[in-house]
This record gives sequence, C-alpha cells and structure tokens, in this order.
Amino acid sequence: MADELKLEIVTPEQMTFRGVVEEVTIPGTEGQFGVLKGHAALLSSVDIGELSFTQDHKKTYYAVNTGYAEVTASKVTVLVETAERFDLIDRERAKRAREQAEEKLAKLSREDVEFVKARLALLRAITRLNVAGRD
Amino acid sequence: MAALKDIKRKITAVHKTKQITRAMNMVAASKFKAAQMRMENFRPYAVKFMEVLNSLALRVDAINHPLLAVREPKRIRVICMTSDRGLCGGFNNNLIKAAERFVREKLRDGQEVSVIPIGRKGRDFFRKKTKVLNARADVFGKFDMSLAVRISEDIIPPFISEEYDELYLLYNEFVNVAVQRPSVVRLFPLPSIGRAEEIEPGKRLDYIYEPSEGIILEKLLPMYMHVLIYRALLETFAGENGARMAAMDNATRNCEDLIQSLTLKYNQMRQSAITAELMDIVGGTEALAKG
Repeated sequence: MADELKLEIVTPEQMTFRGVVEEVTIPGTEGQFGVLKGHAALLSSVDIGELSFTQDHKKTYYAVNTGYAEVTASKVTVLVETAERFDLIDRERAKRAREQAEEKLAKLSREDVEFVKARLALLRAITRLNVAGRD
Repeated sequence: MAALKDIKRKITAVHKTKQITRAMNMVAASKFKAAQMRMENFRPYAVKFMEVLNSLALRVDAINHPLLAVREPKRIRVICMTSDRGLCGGFNNNLIKAAERFVREKLRDGQEVSVIPIGRKGRDFFRKKTKVLNARADVFGKFDMSLAVRISEDIIPPFISEEYDELYLLYNEFVNVAVQRPSVVRLFPLPSIGRAEEIEPGKRLDYIYEPSEGIILEKLLPMYMHVLIYRALLETFAGENGARMAAMDNATRNCEDLIQSLTLKYNQMRQSAITAELMDIVGGTEALAKG
C-alpha cells in the first residue's frame, strides 16, 4: 500500500503543479471522481471542468481543459491543455469570453460547425468563472 | 576635402547601423532564451502524452478512426510554417524553397495541392503564387496551445469530410541555435502510432479505462495533432530567433570590419592631405629662402 499520493498537473506551457496531496477530485468524461492513495490503476479522459485537491487540509481548485488523467496507487498524472489555479484566473477576461460566446451562440444554428466551438468556449468561460469564485 | 567628409559621414552611418544590428541581436537572444525555455517546459507534456498514446495504441487493435483513414492521395494540403518577420538569414527562404520543391513534386504526380501558410512570410509568398487556404499571419508575437488548437480546427473537419486526402507539415526543425533544418512531417493520415517498443512486462499496469480504451484513444488523436503542431510552432519560433541572432551577429561584425577599413582609409587620406600641405609650406619657405 502506498503511503502517499503524488499529484502532477502537466500542461504544454509548464509543470503547473507537483506535490504530495491527500485527495484529488478530477472532472472525468464519465463524471467527477475522487482519488485517494492506493487507488486502482486507472486511465480516464478529462473534460473541461473543475479539478480540486487537498493539501495540508486546504483545498485548491483548478479550472482545466481537456486531457487525460493517469492514476496509479501512489501517483496521479493529469495531462491537460490548460490548467488555471482559482486565485490566478482573470475574471474580467472570463466574463468577456462568456459574453462573446453567448453572443455567438445566439446567432448560430445548431447544425453549424461553429456552434460546437462556441459552446465549448462558453463552457470553458463558465467553468473558469465558477472556479474563480472559490475561496 | 569633400571626399574626407564623405567618408566621415559614411563611418557615422555604418556605426548607427551597427548599433541597430547589435540591438536586434540582443532582442533575438532574449526571445530565443524564452523560446528555449518553452520548449523545455513542453517536453514533459509531450513525453507523457506519447507514452500514453503509444500504450493505448498497443491495446486497441483495430483503430477505426476517421483521422487514420488512408485514401488514395488525390488532393493534398501542405502546411508551410514560416516566421512573421524577416531579417533572420535564410530561415524563411530555405523553407519556402523546400516547400516549393515539395509542391512541384506532388503536382508532377498529378495531385492537387493547396498550401496552408502559417506565418506572414510564407503567406505573402504563397498567396501570390498558388491556392492558399486558412492562412494565418502575425501569430508568433504571443502564442500558446490555443493557436495549435485553432489550426487543428481548420484542418481536421475537411479531412474527415474527405475534402482532401493527405496533409503534410513543413517547418524548420530546430537542431540547435545555429542550425535549422527544413523538414516534412505527414500529419494525415496520422503516422502509425504504437509501434514503439513494447513496455516491459514488469512495468506494465493493467489500467481501468474510463470510458474505454477506444474512446480515450479517439479523444487523444486530435490532441496528438495539437502536440505535433504546437511543437512545430515552438521550434519555428526558437529557430527564427536563433537564426536572427546569428544573422545580426554577422551583420554587426561586418559593420565593424567596414568601420575599420573606412577609418583606415580616412586616416590615410587625412595623412596624405597633411603631407601635401606640409610639402606646400616647405616648398614655399624654401623658395622664399632661395629668393
């Protein structure tokens, strides 16, 4: 049995987080799931959403973009295209992104290729705003 | 005396040019450093990504994904990735030449070719010559993964809807600061993955897959495109600045040589003018003394 759980959040820009944590909650494609040390080996795709973990009894939140998570008994590696910590998110920018996406969505028909893109953009903006609201 | 003044003016001009080239060299050096750091930061992501992609591809036998579809190559698209700005030696020219050669070969084989230029230099060149699609210019000022995602969004849907059959990426591979090599990578159909060495039996873990191996793999394939394109973008950016550093270093040195030879000429001319004047005076006094 592993005695600790390491977490790595890797993005193309940098190793965003690396450390020992008590618990991680990951926004998997099939729904959120929590990981504690000693978890069975798991590979899951990750969707736009909120990732959180507890370190020294304190919770930290990240807004993440698509990617995947690899879980072993002692280590979780999260590979995502972006990851932003809740206190570093630019709310104004997220708000603008949400407004833009909403405007676009209002104009497009459901069949449009752009529709999917705009909906994803909206989802990302809303997630970032939600995560930024955490304290 | 007019000639002397001209040379003096020339020296000042060359000196000013030298200041500019040296400043450009330093700017390029600092950009290069930043680019290099980004490449280093990207490595863990790329390595991890390929590890998982390969291990997944090994487990999923028949991958029936539209991005892997092999069709007879009738219509071809070529991404040509250049920098936005010039003054970086042969960086863009070499690539554009390689791209032209590549396009010509494909045309000779009777294939229909369109070019997707990324970066202003390539766009300006190709839009005068041939059919250009989804051009993107002025992108290297500030870019991140989302640029690679946007480029992928331009190219993936038309491949799936069979508007074209093969896609190549031409970019300057970053070898080191001084060397960039134009290279060609086939993006579609995706080069076979999973041929990598089999994972050691001891290290191999039996994962639970969520949702399933196949679905995860399908999700990872577009991300694989992002990784390939992003890497090319990073290498282009680093290579451009490396090439500019070298070019500006050369230019600075040439300016120094020029200043040196001009100064020498200036001094010689000044000296001979003085000598001539002296001769005049000496000749004059001698004439006076005789008289």
